[in-house]
Amino acid sequence: MSNSTVNSDSAEADAPAATPEDAHGHVAVDVTTLDAELIEGPSFATPDVAEYALWLGDDSLILAQQLGAWISRAPELEEDVALGNVALDLIGHARSLLHYAGTASDRTEDDLAYWRTEPDFRSLHLVEQPNGDFAHTIARQFIVAHYLFELYSRLRASADATLAAIAAKAVKEVDYHRDHSTQWVLRLAQGTDESRRRMITAFSDLWPYVEEVFRDDPLIDRLEGIAVRPSSLLPAFDAAIAPVLAEAELEVPCGFVASGGGRTGKHSEHLAFLLAEMQVLTRAHPGASW
Amino acid sequence: MREAVARPRPADAASLAAWAIAAQVVDPEIPVLTIEDLGVLRSVKVTDDAVGTHTVAVTLTPTYSGCPAMDAMRDDVLEALTSAGYENVSVRLVLSPAWTTDWMSEIGKNKLREYGIAAPTGHSTVRGSGPAGPIRLAMAVKCPRCSSLNTRELAHFGSTSCKSLYECRDCLEPFDYFKVL
Repeated sequence: MSNSTVNSDSAEADAPAATPEDAHGHVAVDVTTLDAELIEGPSFATPDVAEYALWLGDDSLILAQQLGAWISRAPELEEDVALGNVALDLIGHARSLLHYAGTASDRTEDDLAYWRTEPDFRSLHLVEQPNGDFAHTIARQFIVAHYLFELYSRLRASADATLAAIAAKAVKEVDYHRDHSTQWVLRLAQGTDESRRRMITAFSDLWPYVEEVFRDDPLIDRLEGIAVRPSSLLPAFDAAIAPVLAEAELEVPCGFVASGGGRTGKHSEHLAFLLAEMQVLTRAHPGASW
Repeated sequence: MREAVARPRPADAASLAAWAIAAQVVDPEIPVLTIEDLGVLRSVKVTDDAVGTHTVAVTLTPTYSGCPAMDAMRDDVLEALTSAGYENVSVRLVLSPAWTTDWMSEIGKNKLREYGIAAPTGHSTVRGSGPAGPIRLAMAVKCPRCSSLNTRELAHFGSTSCKSLYECRDCLEPFDYFKVL
């Protein structure tokens, strides 16, 4: 490497300096270091904004980690590639969001991903639910992709310029995820008796976790104009999935609602195992780069 | 107008000279395309201090949020400018405005076709929220080998984030399509 550094120079005002030559090797940490000419607003998150960025970043990170487990195990090679690509997009969103969250506490995206323990994660119970069979993964993906599309569509108008920029980027990618899961819901529901049975089972297993997705939290009250109120997304979500479920001849499951609590660090039994696998390498070899 | 947004070349001569160097860096995944062809190169600014040191600030924007090629492109820009004699080079990634395939140059699209990858067809649409329905109206994608329009999508997602996998029903060859974003 040359003597030159890949970081923001002091003339570019308030952007935090990135240090790609640190312990994380070439894992870049300045993805959301936004150019002052292209976007206005602070590059440092307030504690409340950081908490909100953690909500969204953790959802994407945990879901991406789950999807990675399908590589080489999906029903066909193309689907390995598809789920891998979806996971990669989600990792990208998680990196941007966690990087931004970290600006409030001087932590990097890797600090947040690898060195927090279960109660410090803010992910929804829905994304923590196991991959199950392929139908379960598709049902989870269908719910999340439609939710994220509605969320990021609106977050583009956030008063927080960094969140708005991340959302504007993410919404275009999530649109493809929405299509992907929609096609699979139709195909499985209208496929063989067995695939239909599994699709129905998957939706009824996962639907109890949908309520938490649209639940408001006191944090949202403090972020008026910055965050998107989760409950405000429900009508659009319902309207978006209704025609798909109708065509698939599936009914919206009704029944009990799971307790939730992910936003305050109370998680289902699955998250700790997932974190153990995701974090083991970094914790066994702190500062390793490759 | 679109060209000015896609390739915002600097007005001053010093910055333009540095732009020309950075513009030669190619996408490691699709080496026929330069970062200028892609519209990934967003700005180059050269400033000289009192002792005559050239400081270059470059900004790039990622094609996809998770694109792993961005790190390589950034290192390559740094390397290209450093080898050209610039001393203080900084390269930053920006997310806004979000990249779109609309920024790909016509020259780039032609090079892509010659390389065997179908170029994006039509323009990226700004889609609102609300019910989209399960079926999309899509333009036919032309086979880069035999130019047939009788093709079909095998998979939305391909070998990299930016591509999907197609098959030509006439020459029977599979091919990559750089999908509209």
